[in-house]
Amino acid sequence: MASVTLRNISKRYGDSPEVMRDIQLDIADGEFVVFVGPSGCGKSTLLRMIAGLEDISGGDMYIGDERVNDIPPAKRGIAMVFQSYALYPHMSLYDNMAFGLKLAGKSKPEIDAAVQKAAKILHIDHLLDRKPKALSGGQRQRVAIGRAITREPKVFLFDEPLSNLDAALRVKMRLEFSRLHQDLKTTMIYVTHDQVEAMTLADKIVVLSAGRVEQVGSPQTLYHHPANRFVAGFIGSPKMNFIDGVVVSANAQHVTVQISHGGVQTVCVDGSTLQPGSKVTLGVRPEYLRRDDSQPTVHGRVSTVESLGDFSYLYAESDSASEPLICRMPDGEHAANGSLAGFSIPPHHCHLFREDGLALPRTQAITQAVAPAH
Amino acid sequence: MKRTASRQLQYVLTTALAWSLALLIFFPILWMMLTAFKTESQAYQLSLFFMPTLESFHEVFSRSDYVSFAANSIAISGGVTVLSLLIAIPAAYSMAFFPTNKTQKILLWMMSTKMMPSVGVLLPVYLLWKNIGLLDTVSGLIIIYTLINLPIAVWMTYTYFCEVPKEILEASRIDGASTWQEVCYLLLPMSLPGLASTALLLLILSWNEAFWSINLSSANAAPLTVFIASYSSPEGLFWAKLSAASLLAVAPIMVLGWLTQKQLVRGLTFGAVK
Repeated sequence: MASVTLRNISKRYGDSPEVMRDIQLDIADGEFVVFVGPSGCGKSTLLRMIAGLEDISGGDMYIGDERVNDIPPAKRGIAMVFQSYALYPHMSLYDNMAFGLKLAGKSKPEIDAAVQKAAKILHIDHLLDRKPKALSGGQRQRVAIGRAITREPKVFLFDEPLSNLDAALRVKMRLEFSRLHQDLKTTMIYVTHDQVEAMTLADKIVVLSAGRVEQVGSPQTLYHHPANRFVAGFIGSPKMNFIDGVVVSANAQHVTVQISHGGVQTVCVDGSTLQPGSKVTLGVRPEYLRRDDSQPTVHGRVSTVESLGDFSYLYAESDSASEPLICRMPDGEHAANGSLAGFSIPPHHCHLFREDGLALPRTQAITQAVAPAH
Repeated sequence: MKRTASRQLQYVLTTALAWSLALLIFFPILWMMLTAFKTESQAYQLSLFFMPTLESFHEVFSRSDYVSFAANSIAISGGVTVLSLLIAIPAAYSMAFFPTNKTQKILLWMMSTKMMPSVGVLLPVYLLWKNIGLLDTVSGLIIIYTLINLPIAVWMTYTYFCEVPKEILEASRIDGASTWQEVCYLLLPMSLPGLASTALLLLILSWNEAFWSINLSSANAAPLTVFIASYSSPEGLFWAKLSAASLLAVAPIMVLGWLTQKQLVRGLTFGAVK
């Protein structure tokens, strides 16, 4: 068990410019941290740097109190599970899980005890004689996890471990990861592009984009208090609605915004840094956008309605937003394709982003208003 | 009905074509095998019907020491196979798993050396070998054959190594494997079929290599290719004896090729067909 600390970490390949720069991160002992971000944002590279599979171009990395920049992977006290499982195809499951211990020169009884224990935890103890090719995807994934467990690492690293599994199995394995973390209480770092995995598993989420950390925080913090427009758009599915507007008046308690091609909207954020006339973007999640034909602040023309059983998503083209507005409607509400629809936004469920993308801090009232929702 | 008939016709035609091509290619070998069992006078007749005789074989055995030639051939091709793989495996490992932006160019350059006619470097190589005392030695031939076959060995090994997922080796690195253990416990067992094909090809190529053995060896280190060549010289051509000698020279490698043809074909088309 150990903490992981990253100080000013950067990465470059050869003489090319830095692909990651100035990464600062503190991962506490026993924490489950998820790196999330779009493809190519550097989340796997960062994980591989922690593993020791990629060189660190600059900065310091600590696992526990030890600086590990120049320590080979095997001596860092980590274990990694790969997306492709990376099992040794010519070895039995037993040998796959025992390989690391054999190399470490452990005695036979020690190895046997460790392998049997890991196999029991993962319910694969009846499969130990088989070769990886005789297993299903889910079973292979378990063996890969088992191989990691037998090493008794201080830190577990998971590189998109569920990406190769089908949807049903993914949900099941996700729960198993949760259970595993509760049982082992070891520090775990998990990379995924799936934000549902991130939200459900993490104690702490690290959102990355283009080689930079955009925000670090608990799932709830990221959902309700995104630091910028990128995080607001990335966390949450379907994504947040962004509506263009111009500041009419602003103070430390709230901001009044004239929505383009729409009405006037009050937003409960600290607008002390804003000037009237500056361009802003309003953000509101689909579940908080309300159908309201009596006093609407935004209009749209209904393009699609997706029914998901107990609720549906309404998509509407609007002049106020560059992308279709999405509104979550309770089951039983209807809207005809092509019809005009009005929407209103509760002031305390609205986010406001400056022109440079940074979010304005939401005022006290919002935190209280949000609290009952979770 | 009509369609099945035309398909059948197509099948018969392609089969006939394949058989004729195969026979055409095999014909010289077949003719050599037949001639080996004829007398010198029968050798000039085109008849397929004759009384087989071992006369030519007796003469070949009494005139030259087949066993010593064969021993040289075995030592040389075995040596070349081992030495080539010993050099090719680390070279291909570094190119496959730690490529630089020059790796592809190096591979192409290595293959391009195969395009050069051997006779172009005969004189310098001959003089070099003479001066450092490698002329007419088994080790001298092993070195020159290895140099010739190394591009193929590296290229083939490289192709097989590229098929091994990088993550598996990374996983072993995390498990604590040294480079040596990584290669011995994982890479070699996983690419064994490919390496076996490479070894077979190297064996066959160096067994059949004639140009350098004829030019760089005479009595001590001469392999079977020199043994054949010795029957096509001063007194004129004696077809029956030449055929008998040739059959003796190619028989071992033909049998080996026959027994391992599945492996060989699989190895040579590996990576080309998914």
